[in-house]
Amino acid sequence: MARATSLLYLDGVSVSFDGFKALNELSLTIAPGEMRAIIGPNGAGKTTMMDVITGKTRPDSGEVFFDGTIDLTGEDEASIAELGIGRKFQKPTVFESHTVWDNLELALKAPRGPFATLFHVITGGEKKRIEYLLELIRLGGKRSELAANLSHGQKQWLEIGMLLAQDPKLLLVDEPAAGMTDAETAETAELLKDIANDHSVVVVEHDMVFVRSLGVKVTVLHEGSVLAEGSLDHVSANDRVVEVYLGR
Amino acid sequence: MMTSFLFRALDARAGIFLAIMAAAIILVPAANLLAPEGSAFHVPNYAVTLMGKYLTYALLALAVDLVWGYCGILSLGHAAFFALGGYAMGMYLMRQIGTRGVYGDPNLPDFMVFLNWQELPWYWYGFDMFWFAALMVLLVPGFLAFVFGWFAFRSRVTGVYLSIITQALTYALLLAFFRNDMGFGGNNGLTDFKDILGFDIQADTTRAGLFAASGVALVLCFIICRALTRSKLGKVLVAVRDAESRTRFLGYRVEHYKLFVWTLSAMMAGIAGALYVPQVGIINPGEFAPANSIEVVIWVAVGGRGTLVGAVLGAVLVNFAKTWFTGALPDIWLFALGGLFVFVTLFLPKGIVGTVSQGWTALRQRKVSAAYEAGSDVPPGAPPQSPGATANVSATKPNPTPSASAGAEPQPAE
Ligand SMILES: Nc1ncnc2c1ncn2[C@@H]1O[C@H](COP(=O)(O)OP(=O)(O)O)[C@@H](O)[C@H]1O
Ligand SMILES: [Mg+2]
Repeated sequence: MARATSLLYLDGVSVSFDGFKALNELSLTIAPGEMRAIIGPNGAGKTTMMDVITGKTRPDSGEVFFDGTIDLTGEDEASIAELGIGRKFQKPTVFESHTVWDNLELALKAPRGPFATLFHVITGGEKKRIEYLLELIRLGGKRSELAANLSHGQKQWLEIGMLLAQDPKLLLVDEPAAGMTDAETAETAELLKDIANDHSVVVVEHDMVFVRSLGVKVTVLHEGSVLAEGSLDHVSANDRVVEVYLGR
Repeated sequence: MMTSFLFRALDARAGIFLAIMAAAIILVPAANLLAPEGSAFHVPNYAVTLMGKYLTYALLALAVDLVWGYCGILSLGHAAFFALGGYAMGMYLMRQIGTRGVYGDPNLPDFMVFLNWQELPWYWYGFDMFWFAALMVLLVPGFLAFVFGWFAFRSRVTGVYLSIITQALTYALLLAFFRNDMGFGGNNGLTDFKDILGFDIQADTTRAGLFAASGVALVLCFIICRALTRSKLGKVLVAVRDAESRTRFLGYRVEHYKLFVWTLSAMMAGIAGALYVPQVGIINPGEFAPANSIEVVIWVAVGGRGTLVGAVLGAVLVNFAKTWFTGALPDIWLFALGGLFVFVTLFLPKGIVGTVSQGWTALRQRKVSAAYEAGSDVPPGAPPQSPGATANVSATKPNPTPSASAGAEPQPAE
């Protein structure tokens, strides 16, 4: 697909750490509105790819464009977030000494400068939005609980809620089902499918059942580049994929 | 906008603190000036000055708590801003001496005449006017903090590395101010002050006035800090403290937030120094000593970081103990201070105020639960929403597991 019509466009992206190539000429295109699953063995570079997209890591070479025209390699984390890319980390990261409610309020789309927040008074609209999100992530009863006291799965959900609160165009979700029970995993898949109705989503996940239940196009990463792309059945039939990943 | 901003500053705990402060501001000077000597209510002059000094230390501790307790910036150099504010005030007080100095020079302070200087250095201009000096008390520490913070925060220096360069900053200033050719009196610093705003600096009334001014400054800065930390900005600060990079990925420019509180905090430290100097009658480079900054951190840790009130309490208590110790057992004070720090770190990690308010919330929680069991329909664990973001106080519920509460601890040194 051409860069101009893409939402996210990576071309020939390479990143190396002390000579080790974590990403190797990676090229990947996400269309507006698309949901994409990324799989690959540990160390394949999935998290590093998200680091590059969100400005945490600068690529050594290659192009990263958002919305067809915005070059992300020149932007920092805060401006990339402002552009509309939200990220959920592999290890759930919420603000532990804030309540669930405050976590969502902080994430809510609103002016981000120090003077704007200093004089900020929460509006009725914002409250409604937080209520809606609490409902969605099923933490309504825990709104006044400190995030530190949530279970692992609840933290994952809270972080997804925070992601939605930002109202991003593109969500990058790194291993959302890690550490969840089977039931929670299934619910998370449903939630993500819901979200994908009006957002573009890139999900990294190991759990094949989870990926299958999403029913979307899959990209297999291996050693920093794309090994195969297509439906889950299509990539599962690929010999190389079976060899490096599924066959284990 | 402004009213809702200030309104946020007030709640029960702040109310108690402000009431105590108001009483002290009125009663101490009154008991000093009005009660006859020998009466049980008389507060002696030395005590007024001593307490005035404690209040300026409390303001310094408040400034440190704002950056350390709420934003996780462990400053080991705040005494530098305190001393700079002190020097700005000292320069004003020197210019007020006029011809009453030993050498009687109307323009040059004694130490400059002694060094055979012919004219006042340009950076001493303006300090004969109080308003100018007062402005410098804010601007000099503020400017230095801004420049320092601009580079440090933009290059994302955090944790121990930041703490170390704040120590280096105050140490560099210590060395610089020791030099005679800097024009700040070298080793001896600035002293022999005569009057302030036309009032004799030794007079009882002036001393009582300085005490009251220190109290008022502390109250005003407390209200500002309180309003700030309870605003959404305060929540962002705590977010930065607990998970800095997460805050960035939400779109907050962490370096702007740090720069804002850092500069504000330095200005507050400057005010504290400016009120300190006329009360102790001298400012010399010793105030830049790295150990001074570390002591402030101990005060805050003892009182409870991230509580504001705790910083004030810690500063007053530790300095009270210091006064007593250096009188009674001068040799062991440093050991006592070190021991206190170890004790607090090991057994009272939330400090006095943090521990007390945690116990109090736990008690209240138990009452709510009891009421619930007795048939009231307020469920336990549904306390009023959004309890500010006090760092060390698990505001809504006692933590069920120790590991969960450990996770919520601020980690200043990464
Ligand atoms: N900051 C870093 N420094 C050095 N090596 C890194 C860094 N980040 C990632 N790597 C390495 O890059 C490779 C890809 O890591 P990652 O992107 O986390 O893989 P994945 O998320 O697919 O499991 C791994 O071998 C990892 O050790
Ligand atoms: Mg990973």
